[in-house]
Amino acid sequence: MIRTEKLTKRFGRVTAVDDLTLTVGAGDRYGFLGPNGSGKTTTVRMLLGLVLATSGSVELLGSAVPHGRGAALAQVGALIEGPAAYGHLSGRTNLALIDASGPRGAGGGRRTRRRRIAAALEQVGLDAVGRRPVKAYSLGMKQRLGLAAALLRAPRLLVLDEPTNGLDPQGIREVRDLLLQLNEAGTTIFLSSHLLTEVESLCTRVGVLQRGRLVVEDDVAALRAPTGRLLLRTPDVDAVVGLLDGRVEARDGDLLTVRHGDPAALSALLVGSGVRLEELQRERHSLEDVVLGLTGPGSDRVSGSPPDVIGGAPPSDVIGGEPQ
Amino acid sequence: MIAVELVKLFRRPRTWVTIFLLCLLPTIVAVFLSVTDVAPRPGDGPAFLSAVLANGKLFPAAALGIVLPLFLPVAVAVVAGDAVAGEASGGTLRYLLVRPVGRTRLLVAKLVSVMVFLLVAVTAVAGTAYIVGTRLFVPVPGSPATVVTGLSGSTLTPAQLAGRTVLVILYISWSMLGVAAIALFLSTLTTSSLGAALGSLAALVTSQVLVSLDAASSVRDYLPTRWWLAWVDLFRDPILWHDLQRGVIVQGVYAVVMLVLAWANFTTRDITT
Repeated sequence: MIRTEKLTKRFGRVTAVDDLTLTVGAGDRYGFLGPNGSGKTTTVRMLLGLVLATSGSVELLGSAVPHGRGAALAQVGALIEGPAAYGHLSGRTNLALIDASGPRGAGGGRRTRRRRIAAALEQVGLDAVGRRPVKAYSLGMKQRLGLAAALLRAPRLLVLDEPTNGLDPQGIREVRDLLLQLNEAGTTIFLSSHLLTEVESLCTRVGVLQRGRLVVEDDVAALRAPTGRLLLRTPDVDAVVGLLDGRVEARDGDLLTVRHGDPAALSALLVGSGVRLEELQRERHSLEDVVLGLTGPGSDRVSGSPPDVIGGAPPSDVIGGEPQ
Repeated sequence: MIAVELVKLFRRPRTWVTIFLLCLLPTIVAVFLSVTDVAPRPGDGPAFLSAVLANGKLFPAAALGIVLPLFLPVAVAVVAGDAVAGEASGGTLRYLLVRPVGRTRLLVAKLVSVMVFLLVAVTAVAGTAYIVGTRLFVPVPGSPATVVTGLSGSTLTPAQLAGRTVLVILYISWSMLGVAAIALFLSTLTTSSLGAALGSLAALVTSQVLVSLDAASSVRDYLPTRWWLAWVDLFRDPILWHDLQRGVIVQGVYAVVMLVLAWANFTTRDITT
């Protein structure tokens, strides 16, 4: 669905995106992670043909961007860096105008417009908002309207930049459920975010951007591989320590961290020895540990950093922190 | 896309406020003239005003003469300056472009909507001026003023008068093309509508200063405001076409050059707002 090849963007002397090669397959829920200022938005804008790359290429739904973007973009719904609408018009009128601006084909006919607008507003939970002008909307409502605009033409690919900005926890849950439902129906989702939990709860695949470079691209399941340690909770702490002498790595009250690869064997051993087990589970890397390990401090943190913060840090030392 | 732009233009309260204010100024002038009956001396003040007192049917042309030097360019600069910059600063530009709308197509639609605004505004001014003029300046029956006299002293038939008023509307609209194109070009350079509008007005003020400066006489004929007042020649008998033609050509050249620049800039620009 999306393929970039050595994509680079320089603004003057600052390199915002550096030699980025990423691949998003059909049906993926791709999380594009990175600290603020790491080049996520610039990348998203290049994918959509808003910003022209300094070098490298973008292929979107099989068409080259920017030259063949027309055909591809008609099948893409996008939410880029916050929603935008004409404040003096109602949400419904805004959607009608944005839809009428697009090409006729690709699911954008005039006859179906009213029905598609109603469906999109219902999907995002704005169907009862009526004729109120958009300037009277709350931030969350504007965000929902932006999402409705992206969904108007039943796109094959959704490119969403921080889609849950301004939403309350309830709204975030609703949007997540909606995206999961759309994905199940075959829509590919490209979600750019700095919120780890959002990506963790939604995405099947992640790419992590650090100072304009892609430092890792992998399945979430692979990144969250077991660490080879088990966490166990028991009232008989001393008995366990005695039994597993040397393999207990940490002890915190009745919670032990044990170096051991097989929970079934361990539980059989312990229960067989008369130890009471309350909990036993594999320790996994959290996405947060993995990503923070890869990216270090946020790149909009300027104290003590070199002056070309966005640009040229060598990537090799960053990758050094990669997990097992 | 053009239809969408026109809907945006005319559903915007600001458009109607601008047109209302444009119509208001000549109306105020007309009220003062009719209440006091003091006409500017011929040759003094805005062209034509002295003739209006005798016959209100000339007032549409006089009204256009009143708004031409300042108010009309300001209105056009504001609308054209906002065309792209307003969408950019509001963030709607990026959503239009990924819908997708081709950049050239968007620019053309913006240009057409600015021109439609111009025609509607000028026609509205002429229309209200006709109503106001014929109500307030009723010629005494039987007096020589019941016939309309052109600037050359010969009589204009009602058909001639109507035809020439339409020509004035067209010529004055055309005269604004240069400003509109400059403002549209600046609008693709910046995300500040105000900056684009003021920039194009600065260009006009510069032009006005140079037009009146004898030392700049070598370039005078090529300045965008040089032939603005040539519309008065439409009321001579026969019509003096020379200056009008010059005006049409100069405006056309400014419009083409500025629009090409606007296109070249807009189609290669990074949209980062």
